[in-house]
Amino acid sequence: MTRLATRTDLNQLADSLRQAPAAGAAKPQIFVGMSTCGLASGAGKVYDAIAAALQEKGLADHVQLIKAGCVGLCFAEPTVELQLPNQPIVTLGDVTAERGRQLVDELAANGSFSNPLSVDNAIFKKQVRIALRNCGRIDPEQISDYLRNGGYQMLAKAVFDWQPQDVIDTIKASGLRGRGGGGFPTGVKWQAAQGAAGEIKYIVCNADEGDPGAFMDRSVLEGDPHCVLEAMAVAGRAIGARRGFVYCRAEYPLAVKRLGIAIEQARAMGLLGEKILGSDFAFDIEIKYGAGAFVCGEETSLIHSIEGKRGEPTVKPPFPAERGLWDASTTVNNVETFANIVPILEKGAAWFRSIGTEKSPGTKVFSLAGDIKNVGLAEIPMGMTIQELLYDIGGGSSDGKPIKAVQTGGPSGGCIPSIKFDTPMEYETLTALGSIMGSGGMIVMSEGTSMVKIAHFYLQFTCDESCGKCTPCRIGCKRLHEILDRILKGEGKPEDLTKLEELGNVIKDTALCGLGQTAPNPVLSTLRWFRGEYEECLKRGNRPPTYRIDPVKCVGCHACFKVCPANCIEGKVKQPHTIRQQDCVHCGACFKTCKFDAIARE
Amino acid sequence: MSAAATIKGSRQFDAACAILDRFGRNPTRLIPILQALQEEYRYLPGELLAYVATALGVPPARVYGVATFYAHFTLAPRGKYVIRLCDGTACHVKNSIPILEALRQRLGLTAERKTTPDLLFTVETVSCLGACGLAPVVVINDQVHGQVTPEHAVALVEEIIAREKPAAA
Repeated sequence: MTRLATRTDLNQLADSLRQAPAAGAAKPQIFVGMSTCGLASGAGKVYDAIAAALQEKGLADHVQLIKAGCVGLCFAEPTVELQLPNQPIVTLGDVTAERGRQLVDELAANGSFSNPLSVDNAIFKKQVRIALRNCGRIDPEQISDYLRNGGYQMLAKAVFDWQPQDVIDTIKASGLRGRGGGGFPTGVKWQAAQGAAGEIKYIVCNADEGDPGAFMDRSVLEGDPHCVLEAMAVAGRAIGARRGFVYCRAEYPLAVKRLGIAIEQARAMGLLGEKILGSDFAFDIEIKYGAGAFVCGEETSLIHSIEGKRGEPTVKPPFPAERGLWDASTTVNNVETFANIVPILEKGAAWFRSIGTEKSPGTKVFSLAGDIKNVGLAEIPMGMTIQELLYDIGGGSSDGKPIKAVQTGGPSGGCIPSIKFDTPMEYETLTALGSIMGSGGMIVMSEGTSMVKIAHFYLQFTCDESCGKCTPCRIGCKRLHEILDRILKGEGKPEDLTKLEELGNVIKDTALCGLGQTAPNPVLSTLRWFRGEYEECLKRGNRPPTYRIDPVKCVGCHACFKVCPANCIEGKVKQPHTIRQQDCVHCGACFKTCKFDAIARE
Repeated sequence: MSAAATIKGSRQFDAACAILDRFGRNPTRLIPILQALQEEYRYLPGELLAYVATALGVPPARVYGVATFYAHFTLAPRGKYVIRLCDGTACHVKNSIPILEALRQRLGLTAERKTTPDLLFTVETVSCLGACGLAPVVVINDQVHGQVTPEHAVALVEEIIAREKPAAA
């Protein structure tokens, strides 16, 4: 790897990479998705099998085999994508090493692939990929792959062609908002940092993706780390910072490894460090590791953690843009926010504004998990309805039953009931439903899920993760948790629901940081949309639920008979069944199994 | 600082000295220092924390405060095999708790007692590993196992026991 001493060197290298025979336009390409999910499902073996088969058939020089990041189809891992010259890309799911070898055999025999296992491309049709544009399409450990696709050109422009203010103006005009959940306009943040006093300034990339159920930042770092590094350097140029930090969770070892490789390569090529591309601009990036504290996703806590202290938040103002890391102006942006910067500079603010909605331009990456068929990542234009995302892209619930609710925004968000699935997703609309956009985690819940238990689960999480600095969060969440505990044990009192609401609203109004201010959301939103379940718990007391079969709805499919662990369901096939109540153990297995909605829970 | 004074010069802390030097004895690097120490000793004993405080010239309370704030640090010895069960939302709704119960039952552990007396296993939960596509997830040291059932989890443990204690098995 030679150092690029001037901008001309960068352009020449990019040109030669594009024209090189290895550029692959004329060659079949095989991409193997090798992110955490893929590797845990056996992608390493698939890659090795394909590589060995290519050698065996003498095709190693004629086919390009790429260790790519993930395309977001977690449900179908390991995934392999096939690109024949001038043909649409084909995505295969659940590929085994054996199937990998077969693919090479087919290619050697016919020059093409038969693809019985192809993943339905409807999943991709409604997506618009900006932040994930390179994920699964390049090898994240090769800077040449990123450079071939126009990488670091925007950094060159920011250094040589544009004034710092031009960059900030473009980002402001694009209307890009913080993708970590806050939704604060990125351009305004940058402007404030640029105008802040002091010689020393810092750029921080927040990769402390702590929301359970969100994994888009991991995917970007594992699949396209250079796009984040380039954006951080551009931000450094625009704001006047010379140092940047990526604060990454230690739970993401692969992301940390690939980020480290990317930083080394960028330094070796003179794209980070002193005299970038021969200019006077210097910018370097260091990785900092989180140590397992959810509150460190909050920017002031994150800053304290980088300083080597307990990750406790402080009151804003002063905002980090004025006084942050070691009291210097610090700009903290999320991974996905940074992943949007380069495309905006490439294609312009107007292009970005043409996607999404007036108030929330652009796209958002959502991670779909829980009781959903197509678990994975989807990047969609803002303003798409929840319905479209869950059914057209997500494929509906995993067992085919109607989805009951979706939880967005992790422990800071709320549950949205199915009657509101026609809502277009924007920062404001989700807040109006008592939830938040958050980082984009979406946990899908099917009929059998108890909403009271879910609220209890999230509060347990917040109680564990509360840093203990402010009283509303430390004590208030504990009290909320105790009340829910009592309700679930059947010892609830009639006034408990009002108490939950009052206490929840007080915590929202008085807690110090974002964690506490949003912690009651799971309780308040489930109380708002699923109050009946709370009342049922209160009414039922200690008595477990009873299940009854509606003889009109029951078709006699016998499914409940088979799952009942107490053998207390009677009935012949095609005739209505009944439950022998004296033997029932109230496990609810029959209720979850019935596809005809014929079992009632009381 | 009597504890640190008695330890100074003791061979046991040679590795700690090397780690402190590697990070330039810089107090802003306290978190990476503790991470490296924990990797070396598998946990952070109290006397080690006092030693670190002296070496960095910060109050022991600050080091103890950081060590107890972050979930990754443990002040009690841990097992050779650390089994981390993901109890993030996606894993939770996919029934992670029965796996936890099965593992605890097999190893005779509870919510309070996380490590087996022979220091072979530690069982703990984590909030989310970001591998929701594989839910429920169990990580044994660095090995990720997806779509785990209670039976599967116990089988993984049996496999390790058979490997570690061939005589007993």
